[in-house]
Amino acid sequence: MSDKKEALFSKKNLKLIKDPLDDNNPITVQVLGICSALAITVQLKPAVVMALSTFFVMCTANVVVSLMRNMIPSRIRIIIQLVVIATLVILVDQTLKAFVYDVSKELSVFVGLIITNCIIMGRLEAFALANKPWKSFMDGFGNSLGYALPLIVVAFFRELLGAGTLFGYPVIEKLGLYELGYENNGMMILPPMALVTCGVYIWIQRMRNKKLIEEN
Amino acid sequence: MQDLANIFIKSIFIDNMVFAYFLGMCSYLAVSKTVKTSVGLGLAVVFVLGITVPVNYTLENYVLKEGALTWLNEGFSTVDLSFLTFILFIAVIASMVQLVEMIVEKFSPALYSSLGIFLPLIAVNCAILGASLFMQERAYGTIGEATVFGLGSGIGWFLAIVGIAAIREKIRYSNVPPALRGLGITFIITGLMGIAFMSFMGIKLEDSKKEVSTEEFVQVENNETKIN
Repeated sequence: MSDKKEALFSKKNLKLIKDPLDDNNPITVQVLGICSALAITVQLKPAVVMALSTFFVMCTANVVVSLMRNMIPSRIRIIIQLVVIATLVILVDQTLKAFVYDVSKELSVFVGLIITNCIIMGRLEAFALANKPWKSFMDGFGNSLGYALPLIVVAFFRELLGAGTLFGYPVIEKLGLYELGYENNGMMILPPMALVTCGVYIWIQRMRNKKLIEEN
Repeated sequence: MQDLANIFIKSIFIDNMVFAYFLGMCSYLAVSKTVKTSVGLGLAVVFVLGITVPVNYTLENYVLKEGALTWLNEGFSTVDLSFLTFILFIAVIASMVQLVEMIVEKFSPALYSSLGIFLPLIAVNCAILGASLFMQERAYGTIGEATVFGLGSGIGWFLAIVGIAAIREKIRYSNVPPALRGLGITFIITGLMGIAFMSFMGIKLEDSKKEVSTEEFVQVENNETKIN
């Protein structure tokens, strides 16, 4: 699908994957897709399922819209994009309900909210409408990885510190820390701590990457 | 009447869209730099929520739910169209936003120019779709309840965005660590505001029917654990 002169994994294409991981991270730099990212980070399992669902929807939607980019009249492009996304999300939702029902219950309305996840709309608008399918796929791939990274890091710390488990496996108990007087920090489970944990993540990222620092 | 008041207060404070469910965070973070613009966006959200939730409620109960089509023909009593929920809800929201935009433009050009940019953005504000989906999940009994829930959620969102905008205007004068400036500190402040709002969770709403109130309380707890 890519240009004949350009190799499939040329530097430029790889940059599309690498950039969203740090310099242009969808959550911490572009400020897209925060809502779903914060709400499901109490445990690792829903976070991973969410990341995978977004990955699927994003890559597919990017390719589909990119294939149709010359046919879509610009006045009604938003509703066309929404229809493409909504169709894909229905597929994901029905699949989750069929195979991992308990996880889909835990995610509750947030699977549906992938539709309005601004990362997907944002990338469609900013990238897929103007680029060829292969590049759009790479862009979707990179951005969903960039979305998954903070999601999984935040979920990791919240589950470990809040409940003392990882993927439901009682890590702290097996390490025997409870006998030494360690206690779980129940506060990490509460919704506001998602915001604070994410804020700290942003803080650390920007300390390492000075050019992301904002003026005010 | 009391039930309506309960739903109203609950949706503003206890189940606040921003602090309890993180809905509408994107525009919340992006548009909260000044109080003036955030008031405009907040009002638009209240307005759109007040319209779309009852419309989607009607749709849910007369088209989508299992057996909802019975009013059309007895033979449709087993039809279950609930898998079409997302696509119908989002279509309603997108077209409602478009409609609201046109009406406001026609009848109140001043309001239109002050809201102008934000109105179309609302279509992809997750608080709007989220409220409709919560309405479906919690299965409100009447259209009045659904409307009140929509308005309450909107007002809760309005309070949150105006509050954070006021704090952000003041924080310009404080010495925030460079790496935390902007997005980072906004996250942490929102977290602190969320903790403050959690104290509303202790409110026990007086109810006309005692059983219902305990049931509702359990439901709130369930919702909490589910979200967690």
